[in-house]
Amino acid sequence: MASLSPERLDALAEHANDVRQGIIRSLLAAGSGHSGGSLDMADVFTAMYFELLRHDPKNPDWPERDRLLLSCGHIAPVRYSAMAYAGYFPVEELLTLRQFGTRLQGHPERVSLPGLETTSGPLGEGLAQGTGMALGAKMDGADWRVYVVTSDGEHQCGLHWEAMMTAAKFSLDNLTCIVDRNFIQIDGSTEDVMPLEPLADKYRAFNWEVFECDGNDIGAFIETVERAKAVKGKPQVIIAHTLMGKGVSYMEGDYLWHGKPPKPEEAETALRELHAARELIGANRG
Amino acid sequence: MASASLSNAAAAAMHLIDYADPAAVKQVPTRNGFGEGLVEAGRRDENVIAICADLSESTRMEAFKKAFPSRYIEIGVAEQMLVAMASGLAATGKIPFIASYAMFNPGRSWEQVRTTMALNEMDVKIAGAHAGVSVGPDGATHQAVEDIAIMRVIPKMTVIVPCDSVQTKQATLAVAARFGPTYLRFARAESAVITTDATPFEVGRAQTFRDGSDVAIVACGILVYNALVAADRLAREDGIECRVVNNHTIKPMDEAAVVAAARDCGAVVTVEEHQVHGGMGSRVAEILAAQHPVPIEFIGVQDRFGQSGNPQELVEEYKMGVSAIYDAAKRALRRKQSRT
Ligand SMILES: Cc1ncc(C[n+]2csc(CCOP(=O)(O)OP(=O)(O)O)c2C)c(N)n1
Ligand SMILES: [Mg+2]
Repeated sequence: MASLSPERLDALAEHANDVRQGIIRSLLAAGSGHSGGSLDMADVFTAMYFELLRHDPKNPDWPERDRLLLSCGHIAPVRYSAMAYAGYFPVEELLTLRQFGTRLQGHPERVSLPGLETTSGPLGEGLAQGTGMALGAKMDGADWRVYVVTSDGEHQCGLHWEAMMTAAKFSLDNLTCIVDRNFIQIDGSTEDVMPLEPLADKYRAFNWEVFECDGNDIGAFIETVERAKAVKGKPQVIIAHTLMGKGVSYMEGDYLWHGKPPKPEEAETALRELHAARELIGANRG
Repeated sequence: MASASLSNAAAAAMHLIDYADPAAVKQVPTRNGFGEGLVEAGRRDENVIAICADLSESTRMEAFKKAFPSRYIEIGVAEQMLVAMASGLAATGKIPFIASYAMFNPGRSWEQVRTTMALNEMDVKIAGAHAGVSVGPDGATHQAVEDIAIMRVIPKMTVIVPCDSVQTKQATLAVAARFGPTYLRFARAESAVITTDATPFEVGRAQTFRDGSDVAIVACGILVYNALVAADRLAREDGIECRVVNNHTIKPMDEAAVVAAARDCGAVVTVEEHQVHGGMGSRVAEILAAQHPVPIEFIGVQDRFGQSGNPQELVEEYKMGVSAIYDAAKRALRRKQSRT
C-alpha cells in the first residue's frame, strides 16, 4: 500500500489538533465529561473520519458507508469533535455538549444525532452489535466494513468476550476492533483493577488476527488499519497504545483525568499548548 | 418565618429538621450516607465486606476500602461477576455489599440477582448509585428509572429508597444487621437533608412526615423533600392539608400505612424518581385497588427515557418538581370531591 505523503500527514496532524481543541472547548462548556480518553483517541478518530472511512458527512445514512461504532461511549467528545470538523454538523454545536435539549448527549444516542450507529455508554456492548452488523453485511454480500472502538477497561465485561467468540465463529474479516490501550480505568491501572494482560495473546487464542501500534501516531495507525483490512477469514483487532490525556501536558498519563472536564484556567492552558503544538506541525518535517 | 411544618406534630415526632427554613436545609448526596453507613457496618460486623465494579469514588465505597483494605474487593467493569461472586462469598458467611450504578447493577446483572441472590437466598446487599434523571448530564444511558420495577417483582427481595443521606446511613446499617437479599437505591445529586439521627428508621415501616387528611402524598427518595414543600404550599395558599408519607421501603411495603393514608385522606398522590409504570406508585395502586380504592395521581417519569441536563432542569422537565406535585394534589382532591 502507498504510504502517506508528509504533506498529507501534516494535514491530518492539523485535523487532530482541531479535534483536540474541540474536545477541550466542548468539555469546558459542558462543565462535566471525560477528558482523558477523549484526548488520547483524537488521532484514531481523525484517521478514521479524515482518511479511512468510506462515508459521506452530508448523507450519514448512506447504506454503503462503513460503520464506525464507539463502544466506550464516555469518550463521546472525541467522536463529536471529529464529526463536527469532518462536516457532519456545525463546529459551534460542540458547545451544547451535555446540555439540556442538545443532540450531543452525555453518552452518544443513535436516535439523537445522525451518524452514530449505536447508543453507547454502558460498557462492553459495542463489539456484540458490531458483530451483528458485520454478519448482516456478509449475509447481504455487502462490502462495507465495521470498525468498533473499545476501551481497555471494557474488556472486563463478559459480553465483549462472547462477541469475540462469535465474530471468530463467523470468520468476520469485515470487522476490526480497535482497543484504546491506555492502561487506565476509573479506579486506577487496568492491571491493578483487573489485569487484562496478555491481551494480544487472548485475542489470538480467540482466533483473531492481532495488530499493535502507537495509537497516537496517525501514520502508523492508518498503515496498521490497511494491513488489518487485507486479512482474510478472520476478524482483526488493533491494540492501539495511547497516552491518556495526550496533547495536554498536565493530563497525560493521569487516571484522575478519566472523568472530569478542565476548569476555565486549565482549558486555557490546554488550548495554549495545542496552539503551540499546531505551530510546530510543518516545522517537524523540515 | 415560623415553620408551618414544625408546628406539625408529625414532623416533630419524626425529629425532622425545620425543612421550611432554607438556611436549615443542608444539601448532601444520599450516596454519602451509604459510604458512612458502610464503614460503620464494617466496624460492627467483621463479616461485612465490600465489592466494587470500578466506581469506588462515585459509589462512596472508598472510605470502606481505606478502613478495611483486606475486606474490599475490586472486580473491574463486570457487574454480572459482581453479583454472582458476591453470592458465592455470601455462601461462606460473608455479608457482601456490592456497588455500581443502578443502571448496571441491578440493570445489567438482573438475572444473576434473581437466581444467585434471591432464588438462592443469599445475603447480598446491592448499592445502586446514580438512580433517577437527577444523574444529570451523563444522559439517558446512565439514568436508571426502571430499577425499582425490576427489583420489586423479585420474590424475597427487599427494596429500599431512602429519602436523604442521613436515612441512607440508617438504612445501610439496618440492612447490614438483617438477613436477606436487598436493594438500596441512591441518587448522585446533592439533595435536601430532612431527617436527623433521632428520626426512627425501620425497614418496612413507612413514616408520616406531615399530618393532614385532605390528600395523602406518598413519596420516596430525594423527592420526599419536594413533596413536603408542595404540601406546605398547599396549606398556605389553598388551605389544603396533605399527609406526607415517606414510603422508603418499596418491598415489603407498609400496606397498613398505605391503606390508612387512603382511608383517612380519600385521595393519593404518589411521588418517585422512576417510571410511573411499575414503580413505588404502581405498588401503592396494587394495594389500594385490592383494599381501598381511591383516586390516585402518579408523579414520576411518564414512559420516557431521560436525557442530558442539570438535575433541577430534569426534575422539572419530567414533572417531578414542587409545582407538579402541587397540581397533582389538587387534581386528586377534585377527583375525590367529584366522587362524593
Ligand atoms: C457497564 C458499565 N459499568 C460501569 C460503567 C462506568 N464506567 C464508565 S467508564 C468506566 C471505565 C473506564 O475505563 P476505560 O473504559 O478504560 O476508559 P478510560 O478511562 O480509559 O477512558 C466505567 C467503569 C459503565 N459506563 N458501564
Ligand atoms: Mg482505559
